[in-house]
Amino acid sequence: MSTPSTLPARTDGSAGTSARRPNALRIGLARAALELKVFFRESAAVVFVFLLPIVLLGVFALVFGGDDTLFDERTAGIDFATYFTPGMAAAGIMMVSFQTLAVGIAAERDDRTLKRLRGTPMPPMAYFIGKIGMVLAAAALQLIALLVVAVVAFGVSLPTEPAKWATFAWVFLLGTAAGTVLGIAYSSVPKSAKSAEALVVGPLLVLLFISGVFFVFSDLPEWLQTIGAVFPVKWLAQGMRSAFLPDEFETVEVSGSWEHGPTILILGAWIVLGLIFALRTFRWKRRDDG
Amino acid sequence: MMTTYPTTAAVSVRDLRKAYNGTAAVDGVDLDISTGEIFALLGPNGAGKTTTVEILEGYRRRDGGTVEVLGTDPGRANQAWRSRIGIVLQSTGGHDDLTVAEVINHFALYYPDARQPDEVIAAVGLDDKRKTRVRHLSGGQRRRLDVALGILGRPELLFLDEPTTGFDPEARREFWTLISSLAHDGTTIVLTTHYLDEAEHLANRVAVIVGGRIVALDTPASLGGRDRDHAIVRWHGADGRHEVTTAEPTRVVNELTTTFDGEIPGLTITRPTLEDVYLRLIGDSTTTHQTMTEQP
Repeated sequence: MSTPSTLPARTDGSAGTSARRPNALRIGLARAALELKVFFRESAAVVFVFLLPIVLLGVFALVFGGDDTLFDERTAGIDFATYFTPGMAAAGIMMVSFQTLAVGIAAERDDRTLKRLRGTPMPPMAYFIGKIGMVLAAAALQLIALLVVAVVAFGVSLPTEPAKWATFAWVFLLGTAAGTVLGIAYSSVPKSAKSAEALVVGPLLVLLFISGVFFVFSDLPEWLQTIGAVFPVKWLAQGMRSAFLPDEFETVEVSGSWEHGPTILILGAWIVLGLIFALRTFRWKRRDDG
Repeated sequence: MMTTYPTTAAVSVRDLRKAYNGTAAVDGVDLDISTGEIFALLGPNGAGKTTTVEILEGYRRRDGGTVEVLGTDPGRANQAWRSRIGIVLQSTGGHDDLTVAEVINHFALYYPDARQPDEVIAAVGLDDKRKTRVRHLSGGQRRRLDVALGILGRPELLFLDEPTTGFDPEARREFWTLISSLAHDGTTIVLTTHYLDEAEHLANRVAVIVGGRIVALDTPASLGGRDRDHAIVRWHGADGRHEVTTAEPTRVVNELTTTFDGEIPGLTITRPTLEDVYLRLIGDSTTTHQTMTEQP
């Protein structure tokens, strides 16, 4: 590989101090675009984060579906695909936000990507704007894909009332925000990129199971319901059901209510808690790196 | 090559101290690096090289002493200061799924007056790898990418921590040419390396750090009294090999020319190499250090 190992000298002779100053929002958006590109180039992320909820919805609908319906003794009845679509939306949001960030940031810390970034004039806020932008875009794309598959392949009907979509919007935003700050905070738990996958995916999977994402929540033993109700995923899933299911299904919930007030409070509390932990624990360097 | 430096110091360090768990890693270092100078820091692993350099780069906090880098305390560095320095860390990964051009183009956004990305890619010899994903680069090519990111922002001061690890000899020569041209344009360069030929080829001055202290600081030619050391003159006589250690090699050779008619067979005159001097310096210091710790 022969090369001309020279660089042209500064053309204008100035120190460049008057040139445009890098701006956190502009760089943050550029980082979001770059992160999104990386997300969709990583086949593991695409299969196990982006597509998994859609595949699971298909599996549930095909395996448990057929002519059976849920809750037909209490309501007009509902097919499996319709009932599990909100749950898969909640699972997808947690995977794209919490799992992607906790695993991804742990890996970036381990391979010293973060340390390199810290040595450049990139405003630190731009890094977080990039992560948030990537999560919002990937989660929105995933939801669109999930809803298209649900409607087209499994005949799920989506709500038409604007109030339902408004509920969806705030549940989506609160859930994504909670998953994002908790993912950033949790990224400090794994000591290396190698252990990150197991330390993140394992607990998240358990949490999804006890949060009524894969089962009907009221089918869980009561003590598991109590544990599940401490964590945000249960509330995110319940909020999604309140947006996507007809209101007659409110009576099927454990409390007999969509519980919008407690949902806002508990998701809000997790966002504040996650933010505090993220701010206190975030490091640009590895633990063994001085 | 005779170089004169402006009087402004790019780096000024007084009595720098840093300890980890009560053990001193940097134990009273003084340094002055002039603007435009190529300064090499040598020392065995664990001697305090990386700790010193990372304090200068703003990555680590110091326990004591004063440090000024480009007129600013790196412990209170801001984005404007970071845009004036370039850092090539010892080992960095990441960006596996992006191409060389994508990484360079993106990092160029961070700097107020970045170089042309294509020029930088060409300068480090990655022209034919522009569209290759970082995952598929060899170790040496990844290192070139690290160097490209380090020089992208037109730094006034460039830190290179073992930059040529994994380079083949040809790539190392090309890298030396690049660094020399940067220095020629006024960039100050602080280099740590394990390759003594690299320090000798590039550096205006060399410091040897052992046990957190600087034990020698001079030009590569004079380090550790290397220029005053005796020379060894060797040749083949009629009765076999001869060797004379002398302070006056020229006089010895003059005498030999009267003994031999024409060429002196197998004549060599050697001074201690930088490596000889370096090994002696770190050997001495390690011994001294051990003696000192044994007598509290």
